[in-house]
Amino acid sequence: MLSYLAKRLAGFIPMLLGISFVSFMVIALAPGNPVDLMTDLNPKASPEARVKLEQYYGLDKPLYVQYGLWLGRIARGDLGVSFSRDRRPVLDKVLEALPITLMLNVIELILIVAMAIPIGIYSAARAYSLLDRIVTVFVFIGFAMPGFWVALLGMIAFGEMLNWLPISGLTSLDYESFSTLGKIKDIASHLILPIGIGALTGLAGMSRFVRSSMLEVLRQDYVQTARAKGLSERVVLMRHALRNALLPVVTLLGLSLPGLIGGAVIGETIFAIPGMGRLFYTSVLGRDYPVVMGIMMSTAVLTLVGSLLADLLYVAIDPRMRKS
Amino acid sequence: MLECVGAVAIAALLAGCGSPGAPVSDSPPAQRADAQLPPARGDAIVFGTIGDASTLIPMLGSDSASHEYAGNIFDGLVEYDKTLSTLEPRLAESWDVEDGGQKITFHLRRDVKWTDGQPFTARDVEFGFHLIRDPATLTSYSEDYKQVQSFELLDDHNFRVVYEKPFAPALASWGSMVVLPRHLLEGKNINESDFGRHPVGLGPHKFEGWERNRLFTLRSNPEYYRGRPWIERVVYRVIPDQATQFLELKSGGLDMMGLTPLQFSRQTSSPAFAQSFRKYRYVSNAYTYMGYNLADERFADVRVRRAFSHAVNKQEIVDAVLFGLGTPAEGPYRPGTRWVNDKLPSYDYDPAKARELLAEAGWKDSDGDGIVDRNGMPFSFKILTNQGNDQRLKTATMIQKRLRDIGVDAQVRVLEWSAFLNNFVDTRRFEVIVLGWSLSLDPDQYDIWHSSKTGYKQFNFIGYKNAQVDELLERGRRTFDEAERKRIYDLIQEILYEEQPYTFLYVPVATPILAARFRGIEEAPAGISWNFPFWYVPKGEQKYVITR
Amino acid sequence: MIRRLMANPLTVAGGIIVAVLFLIAILAPVLSPWDPNDFDARRVLEGPSAAHLLGTDGLGRDVLSRMIYGARVSLMVGFVAVGIATAIGMSLGAFAGFFGGIIDAVIMRFVDVMLNFPTVFLILSVIAYLDASIWNIMVVIGLTSWMGVCRLVRAEVMSLRERDFMIAAVALGLKPSRIILRHALPNAMAPVFVSAILGVAGAILVESALSFLGIGVQPPTASWGNILTEGKDTLGVAWWLSVCPGLAILVTVLGYNLLGEGLRDVLDPRLKAR
Repeated sequence: MLSYLAKRLAGFIPMLLGISFVSFMVIALAPGNPVDLMTDLNPKASPEARVKLEQYYGLDKPLYVQYGLWLGRIARGDLGVSFSRDRRPVLDKVLEALPITLMLNVIELILIVAMAIPIGIYSAARAYSLLDRIVTVFVFIGFAMPGFWVALLGMIAFGEMLNWLPISGLTSLDYESFSTLGKIKDIASHLILPIGIGALTGLAGMSRFVRSSMLEVLRQDYVQTARAKGLSERVVLMRHALRNALLPVVTLLGLSLPGLIGGAVIGETIFAIPGMGRLFYTSVLGRDYPVVMGIMMSTAVLTLVGSLLADLLYVAIDPRMRKS
Repeated sequence: MLECVGAVAIAALLAGCGSPGAPVSDSPPAQRADAQLPPARGDAIVFGTIGDASTLIPMLGSDSASHEYAGNIFDGLVEYDKTLSTLEPRLAESWDVEDGGQKITFHLRRDVKWTDGQPFTARDVEFGFHLIRDPATLTSYSEDYKQVQSFELLDDHNFRVVYEKPFAPALASWGSMVVLPRHLLEGKNINESDFGRHPVGLGPHKFEGWERNRLFTLRSNPEYYRGRPWIERVVYRVIPDQATQFLELKSGGLDMMGLTPLQFSRQTSSPAFAQSFRKYRYVSNAYTYMGYNLADERFADVRVRRAFSHAVNKQEIVDAVLFGLGTPAEGPYRPGTRWVNDKLPSYDYDPAKARELLAEAGWKDSDGDGIVDRNGMPFSFKILTNQGNDQRLKTATMIQKRLRDIGVDAQVRVLEWSAFLNNFVDTRRFEVIVLGWSLSLDPDQYDIWHSSKTGYKQFNFIGYKNAQVDELLERGRRTFDEAERKRIYDLIQEILYEEQPYTFLYVPVATPILAARFRGIEEAPAGISWNFPFWYVPKGEQKYVITR
Repeated sequence: MIRRLMANPLTVAGGIIVAVLFLIAILAPVLSPWDPNDFDARRVLEGPSAAHLLGTDGLGRDVLSRMIYGARVSLMVGFVAVGIATAIGMSLGAFAGFFGGIIDAVIMRFVDVMLNFPTVFLILSVIAYLDASIWNIMVVIGLTSWMGVCRLVRAEVMSLRERDFMIAAVALGLKPSRIILRHALPNAMAPVFVSAILGVAGAILVESALSFLGIGVQPPTASWGNILTEGKDTLGVAWWLSVCPGLAILVTVLGYNLLGEGLRDVLDPRLKAR
């Protein structure tokens, strides 16, 4: 087990290098540079001021030097300083936004899994029946709905027309004056729309996957054996089939992490939630390269850790793996 | 100061850009009567802002949110009055202008303190002055101050500046840029100083807290030299788009925001709205234009430019894009100000005349395909504008159609802001652009029209060169005589009118909306925020309770 | 096989949707009642009426016509993006599967890196910095969605490599490229085809999201996503701008998904019905 862990962790390094390279290339190839946004079309900004700014941000050195410097700093855990005028360390900005996005995504994942598994099992047990077909259609519709559109409709319905839920931000204005319980309620009410919508749209894919995974397992010989032994269908499903069916699901969970974080970009921007997704979006538009790269790298680390956890979970569930 | 209106027009418009011209209030007369309720201390006001500030040090911030926030914390030596025609004393009690404007002596108030208790003196201004001229300071605003030849500290509350040549915009430049607490910043690296995140100021409000990209709060400054503001707390909420801001406004989460023309005309007219909010409108200090690359020989012909100015239906654009909340523009000055030359007739929408002018310039449809051509070349080009500005895009789209009506084939192309500037504007690789300027209150427009400002990254990017205009611009900034300046700028406008280096399109109307409980609003050419420190909410209507 | 396909009503529904959309896109000039770019300043933001079945937008343009032409954009983006992704995926997968060894290791590493990369980030950055033209969008989406196809093809090629007829072919001196093209790839086509169909749906979703955010297809060119942007700005005033394009996207993506899933059920030999 430990050696497996060590091997995996070692595998992270080339992965991270690769990601850092891709991230850097994207930024490097972008035309224009961040100094423009600070000085453009402002008559008071002289050409000397721009050169000054460029030197200050290290933009005047050749690309490979910049990459090398950046890599070196990352290795020491220093993500650099933001290009935006507030000049805060990138790490601070990321750490500020990270817990919010994590919380959002984790809750969403839990919701998705909690809903998808029962739906998937049910659909598999009654495969091809009318009910299965109806559920399938619903699930497909959920899958096909553009998340931002649902968010928009949700904002109109719940926010504007019914006025039940707040439609932007993470907390209300007088958040500080709430009791702890009040604070929790406040954050919860702000998150219902984004998480709910995210979960609904993510539910489709997952439940479909659970269904097909279950179907595949149910065809296996040992399931027939169990049935022949006279075990009730319920026991067959839950005790024997489920465990094995869940294995690919765990892998899928691991693989869907980057997608979730990516999806956070749109959701957070629409709902004005100060998470990593929105930070990324504003940084890209603001050409705040250190933050952009910092987020890409930290997201990469997170996804790798996430898939490692998924693999460990896999091993935990599947007894066959433990021996090897 | 001249700044280009970039991605988000409305927020920038609201930020301190006022304007003269008949202001119109949309509140029913009855409500104005109960403005008799006496001022009371307390309550908070919540603003919506599209972007968060980057720093609170005025000279380092280049975005409008930074200036908006900092404007509450710092004051300048002088400031424009509510009619936007003269400068009023602020931190400077009085000043003497001598030698035709070459020498200015400022006499500062003696009763002003920084919020940490230290007295404000001329040494603070001296410090700020040297700081902004220091090449190590990352500021974009040093040009105005580089014109100063010498800065002489006379005593703690008086100083004298001598300019190399009289510089008319000089007086107004002594705003809040150079007023910084020397005792806190001397010897420190201003670019990295924590002061930008936790400033100590002397303005009507003092800094309280800042949660990045979420909330920025201020408290009233009890020692403010013009009297402590009635409103106890000021809050800025960062909400990145106006649709969401509007929803927040309706649910009570915001007290004030800048409405889009659509929101103003179609979504805020119900009785419920009239009861809880008041809408205002005033001409803003910006204009949108279509600029021609004069190095392109097709546009170097003035007949072509005039043709386009006649081909475009400016009123139609105002009606469709701004819902009527604007006026067609004929020159680079705001209608209703004293600097505008209102004797010039407008360029009417006249497609027949446009075709005539094009024909004179040699453009005729010789092959019957609907597009005019010359020497076998069809008149075809791209209109560029920047992403993120819906109004500009719609404007460009409408222009495209109207040009098509006279046989000119234009394609609209939208580009991301930085790429737009770098790859097309700066390199002069554009044909026609639709952009906007927001204007300073001083009539000097040297940077846009002078032939020396056509260099890389300078603002005369259309390449306009007119010797007479050059000379007039020079003279205009060197004299303090208002009548003389008026003559000069009138003449400049005549020339621009004849030459149409831009087709001036429209001047929008700013449309803020404010929760009804706020009193003390006085509409003026400067808008409504000019006397913000004196707004209040009567005792019985206060919404937020401010605890210590 | 067609009969099996037709057995599932959902798949049939999907197929019909896809076919109808195709027709709409191709026959756009015939079908749309107005010129999608023809504006009318006097009829701004009008609701559905006899003249304008789906209302007008902020410049008085007919929404129905813009949506019909938007179908063209969506389908084009979908096909080209998936085309690029499939081409890249098949080539890399074939190389990796056939040659094995170092080439395989390098390519697979690359695939892993791309899979672990939140591709939305990549797409956002590239589009934001380059010109947001339709071509760039298609290329970028294509460049970030080839990984699934690559793995599929690689697996297929690898499994074939060990078979006798392949070993014989190599021994006979047939060129590797020929072997790959003639024998390996055709077997992989079925799952690749399914993946492609599903990929079109995904590409349409991505493009509409980008256009919605303002960094996708730029107006005045009509795209379902950018009509929705206006829908957001006119919340409460022009519901038809928010509802209609969203429904169109929904139905389109639904159609492709149903068709793709149905095809997968039929083509995948392991998932035979009981």
